[in-house]
Amino acid sequence: MSGRSHALHAGAWWLWALGLATAASRTTNPLLLSLVVAVAGYVVAVRRTDAPWARSYGAFLKLGLVVLVIRLVFAIVLGSPVPGTHVLFTLPQVPLPHWAQGVRLGGRVTAEGLAFAGCDGLRLATLLVCVGAANALANPARLLKSLPGALYEAGVAVVVAMTFAPNLVADVSRLRAARRMRGRADRGWRALAQVGLPVLEGALERSVALAAAMDARGYGRTADVPRRVRRLTAALTLGGLIGVCAGSYGLLAEAGGGLGTGVLVLGLLVALAGLWLGGRRTVRTRYRPDRWGTRAWLVSGAGIAVAVLMIRAATSDPGALTPPAVPLAAPVLPVWPALAVLVGLVPAAAAPAPAARPRTGRGEPDGRSEPAWLDGPDGRPGPDARNGLDGRGAAAAVVAEWEKKGTSG
Amino acid sequence: MIRFENVGVRYADTAAPALAGIELTVPEGELCLLAGPSGVGKSTLLNAVSGLVPHFTGGRLTGRVTVAGRDTRTHRPRELADVVGTVGQDPAAHFVTDVVEDELAYGMESLGIAPDVMRRRVEETLDLLGLAELRERPIATLSGGQRQRVAIGSVLTAHPRVLVLDEPTSALDPGAAEEVLAVLQRLVHDLGTTVLLAEHRLERVVQYADLVVLLPAPGAAAVVGGPAEVMAVSPVRPPVVDLARLAGWSPPPLSVRDARRRAGPLRERLAGCSPAPPRQVADAEPVAVVRRLAVRRGRVEALRGVDLTVRPGEAIALMGRNGAGKSTLLGCLTGLHAPTGGSVQVGGAVPHRTAPRELVRRVGLVPQEPRDLLYADTVAGECAAADTDAGAAPGSCRALVGELLSGVPDATHPRDLSEGQRLTLALAVVLTARPPLLLLDEPTRGLDYAAKARLTAHLRSLADAGHAIVLATHDVELAAELADRVVILADGEVVADGPTAEVVVSSPAFAPQVAKVLQPQEWLTVGQVAAALDGGR
Repeated sequence: MSGRSHALHAGAWWLWALGLATAASRTTNPLLLSLVVAVAGYVVAVRRTDAPWARSYGAFLKLGLVVLVIRLVFAIVLGSPVPGTHVLFTLPQVPLPHWAQGVRLGGRVTAEGLAFAGCDGLRLATLLVCVGAANALANPARLLKSLPGALYEAGVAVVVAMTFAPNLVADVSRLRAARRMRGRADRGWRALAQVGLPVLEGALERSVALAAAMDARGYGRTADVPRRVRRLTAALTLGGLIGVCAGSYGLLAEAGGGLGTGVLVLGLLVALAGLWLGGRRTVRTRYRPDRWGTRAWLVSGAGIAVAVLMIRAATSDPGALTPPAVPLAAPVLPVWPALAVLVGLVPAAAAPAPAARPRTGRGEPDGRSEPAWLDGPDGRPGPDARNGLDGRGAAAAVVAEWEKKGTSG
Repeated sequence: MIRFENVGVRYADTAAPALAGIELTVPEGELCLLAGPSGVGKSTLLNAVSGLVPHFTGGRLTGRVTVAGRDTRTHRPRELADVVGTVGQDPAAHFVTDVVEDELAYGMESLGIAPDVMRRRVEETLDLLGLAELRERPIATLSGGQRQRVAIGSVLTAHPRVLVLDEPTSALDPGAAEEVLAVLQRLVHDLGTTVLLAEHRLERVVQYADLVVLLPAPGAAAVVGGPAEVMAVSPVRPPVVDLARLAGWSPPPLSVRDARRRAGPLRERLAGCSPAPPRQVADAEPVAVVRRLAVRRGRVEALRGVDLTVRPGEAIALMGRNGAGKSTLLGCLTGLHAPTGGSVQVGGAVPHRTAPRELVRRVGLVPQEPRDLLYADTVAGECAAADTDAGAAPGSCRALVGELLSGVPDATHPRDLSEGQRLTLALAVVLTARPPLLLLDEPTRGLDYAAKARLTAHLRSLADAGHAIVLATHDVELAAELADRVVILADGEVVADGPTAEVVVSSPAFAPQVAKVLQPQEWLTVGQVAAALDGGR
């Protein structure tokens, strides 16, 4: 099992994915973009874990497809700025009032316009797929844990929200089922709207319970700080913020450019000092923070390398990376940029392999049909007997439903 | 370790105080059980120990509560976090992070414990609670018993001297409950932790307790003493104590083992008798027929090859571990899940293809959380809505409520009813459509013995009137009291199906206490034994 001791730093995955995204943003060549998607997809396929967030990749793929389709539909309905000669078909044009000049509804649809819109949409979709890859590979909670201490509260809020979302989905389906038992329709928008209030009520109750639990577990404990230090903290933070405001005003007013910048920087520094001093009030420590090791360097380095190589290729050979839409021509795969994109495959080997997927509960022969009372001599189970494969099933169902709703809604 | 001095709690806008005049001392290293009927302020007392009352819930606390010498009036819950660990009724509401290992570390991070100490304690706790296999698992994928253990572990890592638990085993199947109790015992024995827990299912915990605190009625003084002496006078008591009263054993035994030692003469007296034969179910047209049913949910096969026939007037208990497929089977009978294989017929209709309006006349379900079924602001409003939904004559639901739940004013908000009353209201709402098949999902969660007895009586009379009843439950005592037939599901398959006595007496996990005490004779309930003794006289 791949423990967290050699799990990859979440930041490394994000750097790698953002590198791929940067590379994708430099080109409209559909072959190169497809290659980027393939590289990201392959790495996700071989290196993602079985965690709930890892299943979001499919949702991002679908979202990318939707973006692509929307881009094409817009090009068809609203026309394209690209002049073209190959008219595919002509839509009836809607006459628009004079204030809407420059907007066209309907009219000629050319092959060049469609090709241009398709490549452009593909680029957007590729960016989304890259973000989706990072999302699927990096544990979002671990990423938030790597944030500086001052942002800790924001991190907790996000994690709590993430665990709340599946609960909400489960609540909705439970209440819809209950409506069915009252003989009311359980499908459609009306049904969904009518369970809204009870769902909200449930979410509120759960938040209050969670707040109580967090309080009882010591959330928000503060260290004793001498009064002088507290006052200094307040003075620094307030003074710094005033400085930032004054500085930004000076910059925007463009009266004294140099002075404005100076005040802004000084204000920022003072405010940061205040935050740092304020951080001493919290007593928190961190449990097993992620370490940035060789693998993290390799993974993030691969992403950055792809981005740098692509940016250089874009300046040295713009024709290959952004082929002109007119005249219409089949795209050509430029060799060096393609090889550069393939560097993005490094994590497929460099990143630690995910833990073996747990069995889905049907793998074993009849080992598990032995009853609970045979488990352990002391009433506790053997290591595997009660590992809750059935519980996993319920959770998987919830997540699957969540995904379904996320993409269709 | 825990000390209550003349403690009273009164919440705003309530007529009576939630607690009054509580005097209580729990010494260090004791396992203390808090017992009492619903609504006597057990949760309030527990929260007063962790400081959540009054700092978090509001209300007025009079008197003094001290924990390890710290006064809860001057210490907020977060300042007690290093001496008191609290686990609430719903462990899911307790988790802040998403992975087991992080959850164990969370409390220590808040307390500012050094990283190397945190690491050591996490490893120790993983071993202590048998969670080592689960350390990397997302919490959402754990079973009920595992979650409860993780919740306990997450407060244990801070090395609290007091552990406070609110109904730790109520939602668990018998096996998982054993798991949790084994862990608690180990804490008390090995670490000297003081444990204070409230529980309705006394038959599961009372034999482990060193001290019992009984709150007999709202506002009454607490009775504190050894488990045997308190159980002798308690209004809430497990079946084994009821049996002891019947047989005249004093002090009452608390565990099946102790009872068996003294049951020799009783077994002899009962030797000539046998339990009343099970009710004969008329061989009428079945109300529901399930054939070779298979259901997939996501990637998991929830049910496989399940056969079940339900006849009118029959009461069936569905039992099995958490996640064995009980709720899924009920869901299939109500058309919530479409079968992936096999067939389901309820009253001649295929549930998942039947419109809800039609379906409620054939089958009714009281869900695990009866509140889900209630929408209106008042009991009267709820009844009127139920009549419209079911197409029944106006007033039919109200009449049912009057029958099942007398003395509840029309203007009461369903939220203000007790657990048992709310369940009964939901039952009345469901019965308004007069469905021949009635399903209940885990109906006794949070009910005290009196409420459970009333529910059992209602359901019995419904079965006598010809309703077929199927209930999914972990409560072996309820199954013994009510069911004619028990169906045990494991891993989505039916592993046992037969008359209650036959199935449960042979099974250590699902046998009720009376059966365990009087084995090999096939007695299931105290009621049966009492009737036999009366008849023999």
